[in-house]
Amino acid sequence: MMGHIDDPCAHCEEMMQPYLDHILNEEEKIEAEAHLSECDWCRRRYRFEESLRVYVRQVVTEPMPAELKLKLAALRLPLE
Amino acid sequence: MAEAPPDATRLASEARDRVHFEEEALGLSDQVYRVARHLAGSREEADDLVQETYARAFRSWRSYQPGTNLRAWLLRILTNLNIDRGRKAQRTPPMQGLEANDYFLYDRLSESDGGISDEDRVVERLSQDDIVSALSSVPHDFRDVIVLVDIGDFSYQDAAQILDIPIGTVMSRLHRGRRILKRELAESVLEEGE
Repeated sequence: MMGHIDDPCAHCEEMMQPYLDHILNEEEKIEAEAHLSECDWCRRRYRFEESLRVYVRQVVTEPMPAELKLKLAALRLPLE
Repeated sequence: MAEAPPDATRLASEARDRVHFEEEALGLSDQVYRVARHLAGSREEADDLVQETYARAFRSWRSYQPGTNLRAWLLRILTNLNIDRGRKAQRTPPMQGLEANDYFLYDRLSESDGGISDEDRVVERLSQDDIVSALSSVPHDFRDVIVLVDIGDFSYQDAAQILDIPIGTVMSRLHRGRRILKRELAESVLEEGE
């Protein structure tokens, strides 16, 4: 991870996506969590990102049209 | 009882395998559609793409290796068909100034609402239209990865195989694609506030 010694919040921001994707190594994870435990500002933004991911997934999911399902079943090859 | 001739046994076993394959593939169609809907530009295109995918899958079912990830196999067919359909190449937007950081969407949303304290409610300021439209504005290369990983729930490894790109590219595109998506969302909020 890039170093932001002078600005721990900027560093925490860089770790947000990998943290939420569970791909930080143990040391980085501990570092991120230590900062989050004392920084309400970053904690709010992490929580928002988590809610955003769930929300995006919910709102863009459209049910498959029933006619399409029937069309797919009709594409099955006849048994020889 | 007389034993069936070897050929008949083989054919019967193959027919069973094929029916099993078709049923398993059809059982995944909702999940395939969910991804196709946002890889393609419109509902109609998604509809055609899914039908083409299944027609091809049913024809070439023998090339599927049982026990491997059928959903990823179907999506691989689908993304190749999508590219074959002449999806236009899009210019990658320059990084500078476009998606400067990961926090700015939250900052924009909470600012414009006078500092909301509940993060779970902040996202609700974004409408379904805002999100669908922002997602469709993300350039293809980045959107494909977001759609597969964040919406289709594929692992990085599966997304890399489906798109035939290295896993590191999946990760960098995902990271950047999410920022582009948030930038688009922030812009839509700004426009609505004007």
